[in-house]
Amino acid sequence: MASRDFSHRLSDAHGSLRKPASLSRRLHIDVPLLVLLLVLAVVGVGVLYSASGSDMNYVRRQSIFMGMAFVGMFIVAQIPLDFYRRWSPWAYLGGCVLLVGVLLFGTGAKGAQRWLEIAGFRFQPSEVMKLGVPMAVAAYLHQRTLPPSLPTVIGALAIVAIPAALIVRQPDLGTSILIAASGLFALYLAGLSWKMIGAAAMALLVAAYPIWHWGLHDYQQQRILTLLNPNDDRFGAGWNIFNSKAAIGSGGVYGKGYLQGTQSQLDFLPESHTDFIIAVLSEEWGMRGALLLLLLYVLIISRGIYISFMAQHVFGRLLAGSITLTFFVYVFVNIGMVTGLLPVVGVPLPVISYGGTSLITLMAGFGILMAVGTERRRVHF
Amino acid sequence: MPHDYHLKDPHTEQRLFRNRMLVALVGVVFLLGVLVARFYNLQVVNYEDYRTQSDENRIQVRPVAPTRGLIYDRNGILLADNRASYNLSIVRERVRDMDATLELIGHLVRLDDSDVAKFQKRLKRRRPFEPVPLRFRLNEDEIARISVNQFRMPGVSVEAELVRYYSLGHLFSHSVGYVGRISDRDLSNFTQDDVRRYRGTRSIGKVGLERSYEDLLLGEAGYENVEIDAHSRVLRILERQDPKPGADLTLNLDARLQQVASDALGDRRGAVVAIDVNSGGVLAFVSKPSFDPNLFVTGISFADYRALSDSLDVPLFNRAVQGQYPPGSTLKPLMGLGGLQAGVITRETKIKDPGFYKLPNDPRIYRDHIRWGHGDKVDLVQAMAQSCDVYFWDMAHRWDIDEMHSMASHFGLGTKTGIDLPMERPGLFPSRDWKRGARGMPWFPGDSLNAVLGQGFVLATPLQLAVMTATIANRGTHYRPQMVKTINGVEQPPEILHNLEANPLHWDLVFEGMEAVVNHRSGTGKRAGKGLDFRVAGKSGTAQVVGIAQGARYDSEALQERHRDHALFVAFAPVDNPRIAVSVLVENGEGGGKVAAPVARALFAEWISSPQEDQETVDTMNLSEEAGNG
Repeated sequence: MASRDFSHRLSDAHGSLRKPASLSRRLHIDVPLLVLLLVLAVVGVGVLYSASGSDMNYVRRQSIFMGMAFVGMFIVAQIPLDFYRRWSPWAYLGGCVLLVGVLLFGTGAKGAQRWLEIAGFRFQPSEVMKLGVPMAVAAYLHQRTLPPSLPTVIGALAIVAIPAALIVRQPDLGTSILIAASGLFALYLAGLSWKMIGAAAMALLVAAYPIWHWGLHDYQQQRILTLLNPNDDRFGAGWNIFNSKAAIGSGGVYGKGYLQGTQSQLDFLPESHTDFIIAVLSEEWGMRGALLLLLLYVLIISRGIYISFMAQHVFGRLLAGSITLTFFVYVFVNIGMVTGLLPVVGVPLPVISYGGTSLITLMAGFGILMAVGTERRRVHF
Repeated sequence: MPHDYHLKDPHTEQRLFRNRMLVALVGVVFLLGVLVARFYNLQVVNYEDYRTQSDENRIQVRPVAPTRGLIYDRNGILLADNRASYNLSIVRERVRDMDATLELIGHLVRLDDSDVAKFQKRLKRRRPFEPVPLRFRLNEDEIARISVNQFRMPGVSVEAELVRYYSLGHLFSHSVGYVGRISDRDLSNFTQDDVRRYRGTRSIGKVGLERSYEDLLLGEAGYENVEIDAHSRVLRILERQDPKPGADLTLNLDARLQQVASDALGDRRGAVVAIDVNSGGVLAFVSKPSFDPNLFVTGISFADYRALSDSLDVPLFNRAVQGQYPPGSTLKPLMGLGGLQAGVITRETKIKDPGFYKLPNDPRIYRDHIRWGHGDKVDLVQAMAQSCDVYFWDMAHRWDIDEMHSMASHFGLGTKTGIDLPMERPGLFPSRDWKRGARGMPWFPGDSLNAVLGQGFVLATPLQLAVMTATIANRGTHYRPQMVKTINGVEQPPEILHNLEANPLHWDLVFEGMEAVVNHRSGTGKRAGKGLDFRVAGKSGTAQVVGIAQGARYDSEALQERHRDHALFVAFAPVDNPRIAVSVLVENGEGGGKVAAPVARALFAEWISSPQEDQETVDTMNLSEEAGNG
């Protein structure tokens, strides 16, 4: 505690000694990240135009979402990191209350309750927790000595487990796993010992059978089985994967040309403008397009890792690292699913897939990254 | 060594973080490699496979059903037509709530349980995105109501299809027959080639000529390569091979004669067959009661089918080719000729008929139908004219049964006639070998007495009797009976099955006897020639009803009626130059001369008195449309 207060005082006292901050730093904008995100947004709208069957309504609405999300990102970036750290326990608690509220009063479709309606506003509390959980874990670990001791680890696990359990009950296994992952990344980056990681992996392996049997819904089992043998049921559960693979594969190296993808333009590809949009891009632009998109993601992730490396506080560092790794997980899970490597889970492709909610959450995450990246530098001793 | 420091060390923490992050980075790079490898695998290694899959998705070979061949009567009257019919179809994949959709449809169009039950059955064996028919033959009101409400029912559509229509319905149900939907049983009998030929076709000939000429009527399916979207909507046709339509058939049947025969038979159960003596062409072919074949075309309802199959009158039973009846005395002309040829009797043979006959060493008395007999000096002509049984018993006793059998065979008895209709029955004319084989018993003299009078073991279909009569009329030329006259305009040549060489004097005598049946004052078939300006030769017959199906519930009056003898009459005309031979069967009609002969007369009056092959009369002809189906 003492050391932390000391360093704070020092940074406050010596802030004026540093060279004057650039305009972007004062505006809390990380320029490379912003440029990459803008390029990605343009690519996304372009692919969406094709994926929606040249429907300008989708493009218009997605552009509005993009605008809102970027504005949101700027706002989030302006708020000092300390503020997040201090308020994150309250945000976390509020999020948990809302999740309980979803289970009690939530609305939704297809047997899942994911939405909460307050004063005519519909939103998904689980979206809030996508940032709330890593933030809470980072703030919690920020106050502890690292590497975390066993009680600390247990505390962090509890912070992760409560919202994850609430979201599983909705039921929304995919989101629950991703949120849990974001919290666990923070814990891992804080220096969780390899022994504990090994033990956890062993425990998971042992638990796999009971989870399969008692923990998964029939449709979830079906999705995993479909993954293992997609040709078994071409017109049933395997339809999506069969067609997305055909779309990607038939694109070849050079693609069929923009707006020329037969799989996507003739409606063979389900969910082509949302979760399966990478198949549209891969069909029309070929492997060239797919690899360029991957490169774009790699650059964004690299920038995120750079920011986390440069972060001065534990909180910012863990948060930036966790957000960056979670972002990668989204990319990997989505592309893995569409290319038939992973079971079908409802994870959109970051920034490219159509949809406002996830986009805003995502950009808020990048806003935090920018807040971390543009934090005032302290003097090191 | 875990130390319990409570002091934070920023440098250690940062180093720890960087270590962990670098390890994570290795994982990230590895997983990125997996993704890149996956794209490479899909888009480079297996590119050809996926390209094919995507094309198979997009390009569909759609069969184009051929138009079924049309069927005309000999004067060009259309008997079997193809008409547009509008069906209500549903694509399962596009329906959100099937029960609600069915309920909504039920409010808009007539929909009974049997429609829904059959629809559910069809639903189980469909391909994805294939429209499955729910209701056939929508009327215009129903089409309009569906169109207006279509936006409320995604996946529901009205489709046009060509279906068979039988304009003269009842009149040709047993000859032309009908088509029906291809059933599971049909499918299980399909060869690989059939599966190809029937792609796109929903109907198959089930009964009658529709079945026997199925191969010709069907035609050859064409195909279209079309580009489709995932909802099977056709976007454009890439390539097309036109189907070859089925062959058109022109029948020997004459709709006018058919109508006359049907009217003459009236409400009675029975059969009438008329044959062109000089070609074997079947001019009239009636089995009554009949039914409306249009009921079967798109699938008969359970209620309609039950009504037909449960009816005591068995309307679905084709009496003319499937009904096997004892031919009775209608065999006498044939037997007379046989006796003359075998030398058992001559023109001069006369017998004394006391009204009964006794075999030597047999106490059994065979009674003539006239108790006091036909007189002291009965010859062949008189025996035929008055149907004297004793004369033929006497002859049969002196004639070898196997010779009798061989003579009957020359006229087509005991074997299928080979008519171009399905499900024909062969009838039976017994022989020594047959009795030994089938009954395990030797031939008794009494058996010959039964056989010569067309009783006992003898069975024949009305068609066989017509063929027999035609063969007598043309003095021994046995033609195969033929329903179809031309196929796609190509005349089908008559086919001679057998040529019987017999003494012309013997033929004269048989003709004389048959003429006397109709024209002699004591003849049994006078009603067959009454008021005609040409001469008719015929023979009446009566067949005893042997038994009645057990277990059927009849009221006693009906039972009595159905125990009566069947009335038979065979005849040809004109005697000088025979053109048409007719056989008439009236079930439980009792008197052949009384009930069946007038039916034959009506046919002769129509066929010989009115001018033939006259197209103008065809156009103005007034045929009753029994089909009565809108």
